Amino acid sequence: MTPINETLAQYSELFMLIAALIYLVSFFFFSWDMASASRSIRKLENELETVKTKELVGASGPSTTEPVERKQLVSDDMEYTDSIKRPAANIGVAIMIVAALAHAFAVVARAVAASRAPWGNLYEFMTSGALVITVVYLLFLLRKDLRFVGTFVTGVVLLMMMGATIGFPTPVGNVQPALQSWWLITHVSVAVVAMGIFALTFSMSVLQLFKQRAEKQGPINGFMRLVPSSSALENWSYRLNAVAFVMWTFTLIAGAIWAEQAWGRYWNWDAKEVWTFVIWVIYAGYLHARATRGWTGTRSAWLNITGFLAIVFNYTIVNLYFPSLHSYAGF
Amino acid sequence: MRFFWTQLTSMRTALMLLLLLAVAAVPGSLFPQRRAGADVVETWIDDNPTIGPILDFLGMFDVYSSVWFSAIYLLLFVSLVGCLWPRGKQHLKTLRQPPARTPRNLKRLPEYGQLILESHGPSPQEALVDAEKLLKKSGYRTELRDGSVGAERGYVREIGNILFHFGLLGVIVFMGIGGLYKYEGQKIIVEGQGFTNNLVSYDSFTPGTAFSEERLAPFGLQLEDFDVVFDRDSETHFGQALDYTATMQVTPGPGEATYQDTIKVNDPLTVDGVRVFLVGNGYAPNITVTDGEGDVAYSGPVIAQIQDPNTNSSLVVLKVPDAQPEQLGFVGLFLPTSYTGDDGVAVSIDPDAYNPELILNSYHGDLGLDDGTPQNVYVLDTDGMTEMNSRNNENGGITLGVGDSYELPDGMGTISFDGWDRYVGLDLHYDPSKWGVGFFSTLALVALVISLYVRRRRAWVKATEQDGHTVIEYGLLARGETFGLREENIKLRQSFDHTWPVIPPDTSEDK
Repeated sequence: MTPINETLAQYSELFMLIAALIYLVSFFFFSWDMASASRSIRKLENELETVKTKELVGASGPSTTEPVERKQLVSDDMEYTDSIKRPAANIGVAIMIVAALAHAFAVVARAVAASRAPWGNLYEFMTSGALVITVVYLLFLLRKDLRFVGTFVTGVVLLMMMGATIGFPTPVGNVQPALQSWWLITHVSVAVVAMGIFALTFSMSVLQLFKQRAEKQGPINGFMRLVPSSSALENWSYRLNAVAFVMWTFTLIAGAIWAEQAWGRYWNWDAKEVWTFVIWVIYAGYLHARATRGWTGTRSAWLNITGFLAIVFNYTIVNLYFPSLHSYAGF
Repeated sequence: MRFFWTQLTSMRTALMLLLLLAVAAVPGSLFPQRRAGADVVETWIDDNPTIGPILDFLGMFDVYSSVWFSAIYLLLFVSLVGCLWPRGKQHLKTLRQPPARTPRNLKRLPEYGQLILESHGPSPQEALVDAEKLLKKSGYRTELRDGSVGAERGYVREIGNILFHFGLLGVIVFMGIGGLYKYEGQKIIVEGQGFTNNLVSYDSFTPGTAFSEERLAPFGLQLEDFDVVFDRDSETHFGQALDYTATMQVTPGPGEATYQDTIKVNDPLTVDGVRVFLVGNGYAPNITVTDGEGDVAYSGPVIAQIQDPNTNSSLVVLKVPDAQPEQLGFVGLFLPTSYTGDDGVAVSIDPDAYNPELILNSYHGDLGLDDGTPQNVYVLDTDGMTEMNSRNNENGGITLGVGDSYELPDGMGTISFDGWDRYVGLDLHYDPSKWGVGFFSTLALVALVISLYVRRRRAWVKATEQDGHTVIEYGLLARGETFGLREENIKLRQSFDHTWPVIPPDTSEDK
């Protein structure tokens, strides 16, 4: 077994802290974007009004004083539009990229220092998981305008990094024989990516509920106008969840194969297995709900939210308090 | 009856049952389960005398074999079959039918397009032949009709959907078969000792419901050597176990040649379909006890249970029922690297055996084994016994290094620490049905991907002649999810533009 590179390990820990601090800055910019939404929209609408007034003056037709129609500011396909400038959000994204680079260095350095996959204990699982969430989010940002969940994503990433460094600090080390398996790499990495996507759709479903209420109550103001329509949010979280659900199914199967190899039983109703199954069933229900009359909209959003809460429960309460064969690893 | 069947097989009921299954699985993680350890459950019930028996009555300690849990998943699968069977039959019929009839008005479809071709372009009939070719190339099943082409794609989506649920059904069925034929057992083997695969050899054994003893493959195993690699480089994880290797001599059957094989964690040994897993290990000090009459009452290894995985400080319990004139009992610790601090208390400071010592208390009297009630071998019941050696009495505790002996007080005999071996805890599993479970779960995964990502589409192309120009109209319809329908319209449009001399539309309307 290759000895641990302690110097690199120290750099890893340092960069983890640096990354967390940069995420904090990014989080502030996204929050600022959220808080200043009403003002930017008003500014935009004033400009439009001026343009329109000018046009009206220029035109020979009768001058009307009809108000500017409430323009849709964001695309329901979450494409980037140039309807409104959001400098704070853009700075937030830029800073987040910097944070992700520092974060990626920290995670890779730790992996190199220990010569293994960087998710052998809860600290590593949470920091790597946070990186995956960031990377998944940034990749989506390349194609889709998901800036409206920036506050949420940076917030979750910050929470995970703080939880890891404060709650479960673990010096770099080799893992015990039970975790020395190829399945650690596949089973855990796919689970982490799935959770990253579930986290994203969770935030979309929460926004969907708010947006839906706002849509019912009449004119929408402030940040909610920068959020796509509730049906668009529902469609997109469904599409993303369909991807994550396949990954979760794979996680279950890969976990069962690993369990057979390590313990002889592919399924043992271990606390962790039970909850992974419960989560699978909830999301299976979510996917079916879309094809069931009376279960779309609010109910399916709640199912998605329940699913993610079960994931959070699985990785916090179940890990820490439930007796489980999985507990040796801290996950 | 018919009403119940319709209700049960409705999508909404299936969904409710599915969610109910999620809720029903939860108590199994909240309460201890008998399948994992019956003694934990009994302790739990004893500690909660009011609610314990009630929960027990409700099956909370056997959730996954309880009536209500089984009822939910059986109903769910009946509902599934009732739902999927007609759908499967319907789909078989659809597969043999041509694509759906061309609608009269294509403009009503969610995606619609119209093109006018140059007058030197193909005639309507020729254009339809081209269109059919194009649609075929993008995976549509087509039918050329009078004045139109009907096309449909993504039949495999429904097949995926049905196969996915069928796969889940297969998983359940094979898990059930496994419950009949599988068996599992535990065995502790000390270095140098062996094991033959028959019922009496096991320390504990759980057979499937259709198990019979003749089914046990007659192989033999012997633990030649057990090797542990400790981390000696890391400062923060110094002494952590990095690798376990059990070297075994395997005899596949009576009279067959013996060969050597190894078992590691995550790397079991397979012999005759039985998988042998390394799930535990520890130290077994070799102890000899001579009784008060000078006879050897016990001699051999004693399995010591590791109490602290960081130092491998292990619990030793030795019952000597054959000792005369009185039975003897010992309880204490095996310390692999013993170190006595300033306070006079010996502790182990390393998991490897650098300075092994036994620290024991001794008792004489009645071990309580004679009344036939089963006892835990790792617990010494001292109710009927008198303490001889202990740190707290005038005789003091017994401390033995390797090769040391100690004479017990009052002429009760001697105890000597002859040496030590390592032992391994093995789990043996035989489950012929796991391949079925593996096959059907993989099938379910593949089918799931198909059912989620294959898009079911219908397309129609009409061609007519107007003022010497061929006019093409086409429409697209999604069955199920509509994602990406727009993009498909654009793609289709582009391939039409490539094939025919299309007159560019002169209006700003882009449809």
